[in-house]
Amino acid sequence: MVRKLSTILATAVVASAAFAVPAKAQDSVYVPLFTYRTGPFSGSGIPIANGMRDYLTMLNERDGGIGGAKLILEECETGYDTKKGVECYEAVKGKNPVMINPWSTGITLPLIPRAAVDKIPILSMAYGLSASADGDTFPWIFNPPNTYWDGLSMIIKYIGEQEGGLDKLKGKKIGYVYLDAGFGREPLPLFDQLSRDLGFELKLYPVPADSMQNQSSQWLSVRRDRPDYMVMYGWGALNPTAVKEAAKINFPMEKFISIWWPGDDDLRSAGAGGKGFKTLNWHAVGTDFPALQDIQKLVVDKGLSQAQKNTLGEVLYNRGVYNSMLIAEGIRNAQQITGKKVVTGEDVRRGLETLDLNEARLKELGLEGFAGPIKLTCTDHNGHRPAFMQQWDGEKWVKISEPIEPMADRVKPLLEAAAKDYAEKSTGWPKRTEPCDKQS
Amino acid sequence: MFYREAGQFKTNYAADMAVFPILQDKIGIALILTLALVVIPLAGNAFFLSVVMIPFLIFALASIGLNLLTGYTGLLSLGTAGFMGVGAFACYKLTTIFPGVNIIVWILTSGLFAAAVGVFFGLPSLRIKGFYLAVATLAAQFFLQWCFIRIPWLYNYNVSGAIEVPTRTLFGIPVTGPNASPEMRYYVVLGIVILLTWVASNLVHGRIGRSWMAVRDMDIAAELMGIKLLPTKLLAFAVSSFYCGVAGALMVFLWYGGAEPEVFSINQSFLILFMVIIGGLGSLTGSFFGAALIYILPIVLRGAPSLVGLNIGAATVEHLTFMIVGALIIFFLIVEPHGLARLWQTGKQKLRVWPFPY
Repeated sequence: MVRKLSTILATAVVASAAFAVPAKAQDSVYVPLFTYRTGPFSGSGIPIANGMRDYLTMLNERDGGIGGAKLILEECETGYDTKKGVECYEAVKGKNPVMINPWSTGITLPLIPRAAVDKIPILSMAYGLSASADGDTFPWIFNPPNTYWDGLSMIIKYIGEQEGGLDKLKGKKIGYVYLDAGFGREPLPLFDQLSRDLGFELKLYPVPADSMQNQSSQWLSVRRDRPDYMVMYGWGALNPTAVKEAAKINFPMEKFISIWWPGDDDLRSAGAGGKGFKTLNWHAVGTDFPALQDIQKLVVDKGLSQAQKNTLGEVLYNRGVYNSMLIAEGIRNAQQITGKKVVTGEDVRRGLETLDLNEARLKELGLEGFAGPIKLTCTDHNGHRPAFMQQWDGEKWVKISEPIEPMADRVKPLLEAAAKDYAEKSTGWPKRTEPCDKQS
Repeated sequence: MFYREAGQFKTNYAADMAVFPILQDKIGIALILTLALVVIPLAGNAFFLSVVMIPFLIFALASIGLNLLTGYTGLLSLGTAGFMGVGAFACYKLTTIFPGVNIIVWILTSGLFAAAVGVFFGLPSLRIKGFYLAVATLAAQFFLQWCFIRIPWLYNYNVSGAIEVPTRTLFGIPVTGPNASPEMRYYVVLGIVILLTWVASNLVHGRIGRSWMAVRDMDIAAELMGIKLLPTKLLAFAVSSFYCGVAGALMVFLWYGGAEPEVFSINQSFLILFMVIIGGLGSLTGSFFGAALIYILPIVLRGAPSLVGLNIGAATVEHLTFMIVGALIIFFLIVEPHGLARLWQTGKQKLRVWPFPY
């Protein structure tokens, strides 16, 4: 008995001491980064983690943080596992984090109701719950720069352009291969509605999460159905497998269009067969930007990064950079609004809500031309920014279209209905009480 | 020296057959209960309660459920996560349809739904055994997970396909939802786990448990002794699934606060099976040991480097944790193939004769 008790006590002591709040250094802002460098999704997770970390590290090295407050970065490994993600959240909650970037829809969902209670904003950049774009219902959640519904409407618009007008889609067959989870299923209502309105036939090829690496049956059906276009919503191992399978059945790659998640490695692993594959994207690839040069000089060359030198500028690396740019701008805005150096989660929520990244500001950041301008408001936590199409030329991504505006008229009603539905179903969902700040 | 029953005389059969026949054991269990009920909520911080204790108790409950089936009745099951999911989704449906009824009632009721599903998938157990039964329960796992994804009615047609836990109160204090304090959630979980562990202990020490064990040890012999195989096996499935269902409902309602169907994947089933095997098949104490080793140990290991002032990357720590936990599992299974519970028994036995080993 004594032994058992002492084990339990020892465990308790170790566990509580390990996560005890560290003494807060003067003038610092704590930014936890939820990353996954292990597990089946690490292929997508590693470049993103590197990009996020390196940009913020660069700000620390170059400017000594943001507005004089040093950033304290801490990675928490989630493995894309909801269990560990919630554990990470509880672990960092006590250390006054200014915001949480869950990087997984599965982790975002349980955190959404907690955000308002714990006063920690959540930045789920172009993932998570699409409905959370509605700032009136979800004052603490931000998902810029566009939702999965926006993404789908842009893809359909692009296909329409290829065919010479949306009305030409009548009678066409569009296949949809997707991760059979919340993320991949979310576009379904919009897809259904579009197929009815525009008259194209929709074929569904769901891929269950546990058989992402075995899609032969789905692609056998694709071969039989011969769709004119394929649309993909995948993540992790699903993407490279789908590209490989498509190449195997000789599906025309330039008619295979994905949402913004496939990375360089996904395509590289498919070899020559992946050439011509297209994805949406909203930011540039490559390192021809002053900010990325600074990362190279101040972080990577100094050995402060975990990234391989040649992975800088890859699409998912740059996506991590974009995410961190939003984090940094949220913090900076918060400092300007409140006049404080050391901001809290509540301040950063206001900072994100008044986020206004125009061309001039992007230039100041050394990211001119890196991404389009974006402005968030109290009601719109998303921005619904246009994205462009990029194509894999066998070695790198090449931008092939002008930015495509999402179909706001179709996305907006869906979004409002979903937000209302969410608030209604979660009885006691709090009404927004947070006041709205003026744009800074 | 301290752990010895000398001088403790049993004067009736009841005392002789008690679950804890020795005074020291009774003191021990009382100490553990005081620790769990008083010391931990008072001393533990929010992180310790909501990340260590609540999940540990929930996993222990699920392990007890699987242990009743696999450890006590000898029926190998890989559908644990599926049955947990049934409990979670049933509880979600019940509380959204009848929001007025107390959530504790629904958590316990949802176990009955899981039990019914468990009985259905337990039907083949009369004809197949061992690995073949494992395959049949694997089918249950896949089928149920498919249902959670494909039947939108189950998650109230949510666009995200996930279930969101609404706020529910007990005596006016929130127990689920974002406003529930870790202490409150801990007490609810602890209460249910203590209650169900007590019930399980009575089950396995009584007639039903004995018939389960008879079936496990040799089903033909059990049949010859007059134990009806089908009802016995189905009862094992029902009770086991009930426990898993309640554990699943607790998991979503009092731990996660919202979940995707992905939570109830095959990996979860394996995790709980490992807990049962490492803890010790056919032991309730073992279920707690197994849950502690598999769930709590990685958390402690993850916290250890920063505690001693080492600065290692989060991913490296994760890799090290995987390796250390794996090595420890192999170590424990080599030292004692019957699991931690047997190790504990041996330890107690040694303590009894200490300091004179003979």
